[in-house]
Amino acid sequence: MSSPLDLADARPDPAFTVTLDGREIEALPGRTVAAALWEAGVTSWRSTRGEGRPRGIFCGIGVCFDCLVTVNGRPNQRACLVPVAPGDVIRTQEGTGHDD
Amino acid sequence: MTDRPHLAVIGAGPAGLAATLAAAARGTRVTLIDSAPEAGGQFYRQPATGLRARRPQALHHQWRTWERLRDSLAGHVKAGRVRHLTEHHIWLVEKRLAEGFTVHALLGPEQEDPVTVRADAVLLATGGYEQVLPFPGWTLPGVLTAGGAQAMLKGTLTVPGRTAVVAGTGPLLLPVATGLAAAGVDIAALVESADPRVFLRQSRTLAAHPGKLGEGALYAGQLLRRRTRTLYRHTVVEAHGTDRVEAVTVAALDAEGRVRPGTGRRIPCDTLAVSHGMLAHTDLAESLGCLLDGTHVHVDEEQRTDVPGVWAAGETTGIGGSALALTEGHIAGGSAAARLAGTEPDPEEWATAAKSRTKLRRFAAALDRVYRPPAHWSEQVTDDTVVCRCEEVTAGTVREAVGELGAGDLRTVKLLTRAGMGWCQGRMCGPAVAGLAGCDLTPSRRPFARPVPLGVLARAGEETDQ
Amino acid sequence: MVGAACALYAARAGLDVIVVDRGPVAGGTTGAGEGNLLVSDKEPGPELDLALLSGRLWTELAQEFGESIEYEAKGGVVVATSPGSLTALERFADEQRTAGVTAEPVAGDALYGLEPHLAPGLPGGVHYPQDSQVMPALAAARLLRASGARLFIGRTVTGTLRSPEGSVLGVRTDRGDIHAPALVNAAGTWGGDLAALAGTTLPVLPRRGYVLVTEPLPRLVRHKVYAADYVADVASDSAALQTSPVVEGTAAGPVLIGASRERVGFDRSFSLPALRALAAGATRLFPFLADVHAIRSYVGFRPYMPDHLPAIGPDPRVPGLFHACGHEGAGIGLSTGTGHLIAQVLTAKTPDLDLTPFSPDRFSEEAA
Repeated sequence: MSSPLDLADARPDPAFTVTLDGREIEALPGRTVAAALWEAGVTSWRSTRGEGRPRGIFCGIGVCFDCLVTVNGRPNQRACLVPVAPGDVIRTQEGTGHDD
Repeated sequence: MTDRPHLAVIGAGPAGLAATLAAAARGTRVTLIDSAPEAGGQFYRQPATGLRARRPQALHHQWRTWERLRDSLAGHVKAGRVRHLTEHHIWLVEKRLAEGFTVHALLGPEQEDPVTVRADAVLLATGGYEQVLPFPGWTLPGVLTAGGAQAMLKGTLTVPGRTAVVAGTGPLLLPVATGLAAAGVDIAALVESADPRVFLRQSRTLAAHPGKLGEGALYAGQLLRRRTRTLYRHTVVEAHGTDRVEAVTVAALDAEGRVRPGTGRRIPCDTLAVSHGMLAHTDLAESLGCLLDGTHVHVDEEQRTDVPGVWAAGETTGIGGSALALTEGHIAGGSAAARLAGTEPDPEEWATAAKSRTKLRRFAAALDRVYRPPAHWSEQVTDDTVVCRCEEVTAGTVREAVGELGAGDLRTVKLLTRAGMGWCQGRMCGPAVAGLAGCDLTPSRRPFARPVPLGVLARAGEETDQ
Repeated sequence: MVGAACALYAARAGLDVIVVDRGPVAGGTTGAGEGNLLVSDKEPGPELDLALLSGRLWTELAQEFGESIEYEAKGGVVVATSPGSLTALERFADEQRTAGVTAEPVAGDALYGLEPHLAPGLPGGVHYPQDSQVMPALAAARLLRASGARLFIGRTVTGTLRSPEGSVLGVRTDRGDIHAPALVNAAGTWGGDLAALAGTTLPVLPRRGYVLVTEPLPRLVRHKVYAADYVADVASDSAALQTSPVVEGTAAGPVLIGASRERVGFDRSFSLPALRALAAGATRLFPFLADVHAIRSYVGFRPYMPDHLPAIGPDPRVPGLFHACGHEGAGIGLSTGTGHLIAQVLTAKTPDLDLTPFSPDRFSEEAA
């Protein structure tokens, strides 16, 4: 069964660790926060400010603002645009993202 | 201040690249400004460098075209004719009376640090984005745009899940399905609302483009080889799940585009990639005061907008695919180069491109007639279905604003319901709200193409005012 | 908004009301307003009296409509940015108090107790508990609906129908005539055009204003907060760009930032200098805003009259014609009082306020 890394014959640089709500997950360099979360089996990392419903990727290209997540204390980052870096602290966010 | 006139090309997709190369080849100084780390736009989105992909062409079609564009750009950049600014997120292009244009951008993925670029003329090649009409359950995680699934695959070499339904309408569905399949995703079904008979009616125009038809056949062939269930004249009526999508219900459509009762079928999946066509990005053009034709930027045969010094090419002037974007970009770049040098472009030079453009536009128009969302899609949208994703405004609230409060246009519906007032400023929900309210999709005036930190706005353009 | 309020009060006074607008509900200045119901920015005089009356009426309507129009009795805080302006502000507040305004000076800790995120080092301000907020478009729509008036939107008045003696018999529109013995001109910034169609004059001119809207935020700004120089801007006759910071949170989350004033006709084009000034003023008052994103802005045209007072009441030059427009930037707040007064004169009652200062023909006398 093929995987996208196989398909593109990718030999990525070594993976590193980031945390999601304190849980350690592995990430490959160059990937976005959204991609790292997908690879870790996570499809939602925000709950909406009205109904508290889960959201993750929708448009995938930075236009819809569904995928907002808090990275290193900065809220409302579009996970589909922001690349991961080693040691990044990623947090699911609620409400306006500023509620902390 | 150098003598050579300076053109800022905004967007490094097919149109922007073609324009940059055409202008640079004619001696114009070009700054190519783009929001991504690498050129390519959506169509030629490259895998992130850190992933060290040795066979990126496996994710693309017409790779050789990309290689030519990429290598020509590199040549011009190396020779100092073109400056390529990456990760610049433009929120405004300002026209200053006697001083040309100022491009206001935010740097890097954080988009907090300001940077400005001055130019004598600008060429907008800002592309397009996907349109999705709502249906019950469409806000579940795991439901995403077909183009988004493709962007994640091309750019990050990841897939959204294990089992996907690809649905909606449009020429994008096939390549997305085959791409995901090649990357190991099981495609449970391809669900296309278009009617194959409409293809036949458009056959003369479609047949004039044997290359493009061949492409479609290639995709269809690939899918057949994997025995993917393909359902034409079907639509997704609901996505099911609690915290993520677990299944979808698809149903057949009658000749009028209504769901045929009793034809609902449940298909288990953990991903639904959906698309109902594309929309142009027009914000920068609008705040420059450019005239729009409906929902895209109006241009003349030289790809000039009605604002002096502003050209536009590619999806932003009308959705039509990458081949059309390349052609328009080429014409626009050539025209800008000539006009900036004070001459008229030689019609001979772009006669072939103009002919190609006409044919490709006709082809795009034919595709438009084929790939229409089901006429009665709004009947499937229950009152409790969220329509504005950002502000969680339901269809019921929109209907109440129309029925009870007398709202008859998009702006009034927005004022009375907040639909379109969230982070995305109505980009996602505009067509849906217009459809539910029975009014025209009037373009939204968005002075800021991106959210701008107030601290940046507080100083923006100060130096040019002095 | 003014038209909606006139319709509501007239209908409740027993009149049969038809509302005509060439655009949609809240399509004019109302749709571009912030929703200020202020007494704080008005000096003693007819406008302040109207504001106090209107505020009382809004409080009543809030019982009825409350949440559906996002009414908030949040109060206002006017901030002085220098000791000199604090003295002037406190003196201003003293005068307002004599007219019935509740104005509480707040200095030092008390100021920051009300608004903890204000820039440090401000000498003080005045707290006006009577200032309130409403969502203008929702309010106009809800009041119109509650009035039960027949609503003819998307219909343009092209002329008036008058008797041989010159009194109003109705209006001509692009979709037929409407017969009525009384016509209320609540056309806001276009009130002068409508007056002309009725054969008379009303010198209403547009005064452009922009508003910046931020991303949704938790409640960090608790009141309507503005710098003391706002009052001077409103009263100014300068045509050039004038800005002074006005900042408030909303029930929905975003912070609204105003306020700018310019006389540029009806030019809707984008103005970076104006928006830059708004952003600069707001971040000076509330430094935390520097990292907050503006996600949109919108433009509107306030209807202003040469003496900064609206025109309210019967037009002596055209029997049957009444005016209710020219409220400049205070239209939302003053709409209820205006509607109430109009309903009174329409039903031949003595209006609760002396309408002489608002009389629609006060300028034609001066011109003559």
